[in-house]
Amino acid sequence: MTTILAKMTAQFGTVASPGAASHGVPELSIPRTRFEEAAHLLKSAGARLVAEWGVDESLLGRGYAVIACFSAGRDYLLVRCELPLQDPTFPSLTKKYPAAFRFERQMESLMGLLPTGHVHSDHRPWIKFEDWPADAYPLRKGFDASQRMPRVAGEYRWARVRGEGVYEIAVGPVHAGIIEPGHFRFQAMGEDVLRLEERLGYTHKGIEKRFEALSWTQGAALAGRVSGDCTVAHALGFCRALEALCGVEAPPRAQWLRALFLERERIANHLGDIGAIANDAAFSFLLYQFSRLKEAILRSNHRLFGHRYLMDRVVAGGVAVDLGCDGSAGMIEELAWLSDEFERLVEIYDRSSSLEDRVRTTGTLSPELARDLGTVGFVARASGQALDCRVLAPFPPYDRFEPEMTVLASCDVHARAWVRVSEIRDSIRLIREFLATLPGGEISLPLPPAGPDRSGFSVVEGWRGEIVYWLQSGSRGEINRCMIRDPSSVNWLGLEQAVLGNIVPDFPLCNKSFNQSYSGHDL
Amino acid sequence: MLRILHQIFRTGVVTEPLATEVENEVVLIGAGLEEAIRRRFSRSLVIRQVDAGSCNGCELEIIAMNNPIYNCERFGISFTASPRFADLLLVTGPVSVNMEIPLRRTYDATPGPKLVVAVGDCGCNGGIFGESYASLGGVGAVIPVDAVIPGCPPSPTDLLAGILKVVRGR
Repeated sequence: MTTILAKMTAQFGTVASPGAASHGVPELSIPRTRFEEAAHLLKSAGARLVAEWGVDESLLGRGYAVIACFSAGRDYLLVRCELPLQDPTFPSLTKKYPAAFRFERQMESLMGLLPTGHVHSDHRPWIKFEDWPADAYPLRKGFDASQRMPRVAGEYRWARVRGEGVYEIAVGPVHAGIIEPGHFRFQAMGEDVLRLEERLGYTHKGIEKRFEALSWTQGAALAGRVSGDCTVAHALGFCRALEALCGVEAPPRAQWLRALFLERERIANHLGDIGAIANDAAFSFLLYQFSRLKEAILRSNHRLFGHRYLMDRVVAGGVAVDLGCDGSAGMIEELAWLSDEFERLVEIYDRSSSLEDRVRTTGTLSPELARDLGTVGFVARASGQALDCRVLAPFPPYDRFEPEMTVLASCDVHARAWVRVSEIRDSIRLIREFLATLPGGEISLPLPPAGPDRSGFSVVEGWRGEIVYWLQSGSRGEINRCMIRDPSSVNWLGLEQAVLGNIVPDFPLCNKSFNQSYSGHDL
Repeated sequence: MLRILHQIFRTGVVTEPLATEVENEVVLIGAGLEEAIRRRFSRSLVIRQVDAGSCNGCELEIIAMNNPIYNCERFGISFTASPRFADLLLVTGPVSVNMEIPLRRTYDATPGPKLVVAVGDCGCNGGIFGESYASLGGVGAVIPVDAVIPGCPPSPTDLLAGILKVVRGR
């Protein structure tokens, strides 16, 4: 029995969840009147709020349910409470967990579940735009997703800062570079940023709803397109949750290859980002040098596995492509070359005082804020949080080859770059270990039918951080709900805080050091 | 400083030593592209890229087009921050409901004559996201499109070839 689960059952007793409890994680069902009490208990036990989401179970003969996922150390726990269809309200967790406010705004906007006792009273819609009909709740079962919505009149109420000399800068949604769309509203005085408000949701494609119309096999392909730069991690999150739901494990060779794909994805993205951070400090030399290394990884992905970004290579039950002996030898050779080239560039990064001047003490996110906002991944690790689910919730082969977690204390742009430098080194080490111990045998197995009213849960450490999937099957074994929590859903909150007190021209640098996904957030 | 210069000299020009099949492709496309751009666009084709709701996969490859290996600038292709300076809009999709208005505004802000190229399977027809309450499907559902470059995502070479096709076709 896990610690936070033990504390919960001591206070609440053991209440079984309806249907089959989620596979892959302990789950506890409590009355909604005690939802806040549970959050209070878990907060004092030091647990972080991982995600909070709603589910419409009317086709399963029940009402709505709110599920909150907590984690402390190596333990994950789902706390669930049921809401009747006629009264879809639940006690807000914002008093205990500030990060809950975005989750709850989203649940209210997309499923019409109303948080009560919301600490900020912020009921502005999130992801749902002001020109959507107010009663459009796409994640409800009664909502016809194939119908186009009429546009209505409406206005988004921005937070305001008033005072002499205060001015506003509105940026986006169409940004200056080749990047995703989003809106940033700065209030500034002179060059200092007084406040930043993010407005996201522009790339909302209705992905969670779309899953409900797809087969499980198509679901893996869609998961691989939630956020194109972490296609491996998302496809893996979906497939692991599905395999938990079905009660099967992918064959060992597939598990090793999946981890290999995941680490190659981490290396490629980190390489690109370190170069881009340097470029935003006007050091374009490193951008071109690092992008040369990134391109080499992408090309060998294509040569060995048939896709530059490894899309659709992770499938339900295993992987779609094997690695031959020649491929393995070539990869080891390439890693030696990459490692040598990489270290030369890192030395240049490290010795450039003009670059150091820009990245040190810029965009700091204090460890307290990083914790309270529930940030994950390299953003959290750069701010002193020892979070990496490859270490804390490992699946094979990470249980045999433990990644080295780099946790830094300077909390600035440099820390977020440097965590990645050390992760590239470690990923190279891990890939060498995986190749040296690659098991033989099958690369996939057929999945049994999903079965009715079951659920599955998974966490995967993508290059941005912890990705969470929760799947639920309906009465005919189809997809009833697919909940995705991308690291960006929580980490965007960190950027709003990190930029405060910095000068406006340093925003691109701060933003690049976070490099969060819009598509993964907006879903 | 010496270290940087040393790294520059030992790296050399990476734009040349490509794998033969890629090199042939890029050079072949590039020569044609350069000539068409010289003739039709006074030597420079300026592109405004618009993400109208993509998963960011296509953006990765459009960025890669600018890396020293594909180096699209050598053919006179550059990317601009403002639609006011653009000859061509390179639009990825599917067009989300929430990006429909910003996309129309960007199109209207681009001076004519202008070209629109829809990128990726989703930009062509909505791809795996299809048409729904949140997705309007391909770019053509919202603004007039001159050419499409399918792929998930299309490679940098596909992108260069697709741009060449539309520039030549005018």
